[in-house]
Amino acid sequence: MTDVGAAFMAAIGLIAGLDAPLIEIVALSLQISLSAVAIACILGLPLGAAVTLGRFRFRHSAIVTLNALMGLPPVVVGLFVYLMLSRAGPLGALGLLFTPPAMIIAQAILITPIIAALSRQIIEDAWIEYEEQLRSLGAPPRRAVWTLIWDTRFSLVTVVLAGFGRAAAEVGAVIIVGGNIDGVTRVMTTAIALETSKGDLPLALGLGIILMALVLAANAAAYTLKEAAQRRFG
Amino acid sequence: MHAAPSILPFVFDRVSYAVGATQILYDISFELAARTRTVILGPNGAGKSVTLRLCHGLLTPTGGTVRWAGAYGGDPARRQAMVFQRPVMLRRSALANVAYGLKLAGLDRAAREARARDMLERVGLAPLADRPARVLSGGEQQRLALARAWALRPEVLFLDEPTASLDPAASNAVEEIIKAIDASGTKIVMTTHNLGQAHRLADEILFLDRGRLVERASADRFFKVPATAEAAAFIKGELP
Repeated sequence: MTDVGAAFMAAIGLIAGLDAPLIEIVALSLQISLSAVAIACILGLPLGAAVTLGRFRFRHSAIVTLNALMGLPPVVVGLFVYLMLSRAGPLGALGLLFTPPAMIIAQAILITPIIAALSRQIIEDAWIEYEEQLRSLGAPPRRAVWTLIWDTRFSLVTVVLAGFGRAAAEVGAVIIVGGNIDGVTRVMTTAIALETSKGDLPLALGLGIILMALVLAANAAAYTLKEAAQRRFG
Repeated sequence: MHAAPSILPFVFDRVSYAVGATQILYDISFELAARTRTVILGPNGAGKSVTLRLCHGLLTPTGGTVRWAGAYGGDPARRQAMVFQRPVMLRRSALANVAYGLKLAGLDRAAREARARDMLERVGLAPLADRPARVLSGGEQQRLALARAWALRPEVLFLDEPTASLDPAASNAVEEIIKAIDASGTKIVMTTHNLGQAHRLADEILFLDRGRLVERASADRFFKVPATAEAAAFIKGELP
């Protein structure tokens, strides 16, 4: 117990002292996960809207598939991206394996289905309300998609955040494609895994506390924004 | 205001409509001509809203045909607009709601803004131009919906029970705007179950009951000497 207590105090010390390796790891984590979220939004939001408005044959299968893909195991995504990017893989020539871009790709694959599936639900609810009005005004499907995304923007923030939470917290994919190289591809989760197995509890705990605080702060911010927007815009 | 040729007359030819096994409209035929205010009257569940949606092209008949028989060569959808019972407001300002429809109609930014402001002025919402549309009252939202539709300068405007959920003062304001839209040269086609409103606004009445077109007459004749027992009963039951 005292060991844990001491480690905890040391962790607080690292955070309070803005320990350089710790800050570096946190910064890289944010950079990678936020990039992945941005890519996943660019792909996932229109995809979610397209599945909502699309009148194609396998629409129901597409919805079920998207929902199922929300549960993609990170290690499987990591393995898949690893195979794609490894020297012998189809994209091996790009030389991306064990670099931050590889980690961004893996996380983007992991959370695009989450953003698409959750946004589909929100956009579909809005479509039920807007459909006749938008059709009456002569909105072509592409325009209707952007109108729905824009009009549900405050609800979609929550979706984006769920994606960020998942990206920031996963370890399986980034450790396979990133390799946990000190100063290059070491992020919060891979560092926690490593430091814990090495027995360096203060750094692991410190990173854990920061990770929790980040996810909590992001959620609090999104909740506040959504509430304020709802009061203001109805 | 409208350059000839017109999209009218509109022909509703032996139209029926069913959802699954439920028949909603039975074999209805009528024509709509320009320059008259047509009110589709009937009790709840008569099929008025479905008829209006079939006219506007939001629904496709399961039997019979609907067509715009006028000489207008382009897409008739561009020359009509609709106002719904519950207005659907986009999450943006009142002004932007009007401008949105104009953008879809292909107006450039300056023209959209100018016309949208003018329309808000006409429906008495100019002071609320920058308010988010969704926080407006029900009556204000319906006036905004009218402005949005009117801004498109439609040749035909469909209105589905536009005052059904409004209080008398708001209803009155909406009726005044409908009269102004009529005066600007747009043909009005409106559903209502409110006899007083039909009396005030209609030139001609299409009386629907349980999915059938029971009677079609000029408003004068319909209210004075209804030709069918159903219409007579409806008028009697509704009038104080």
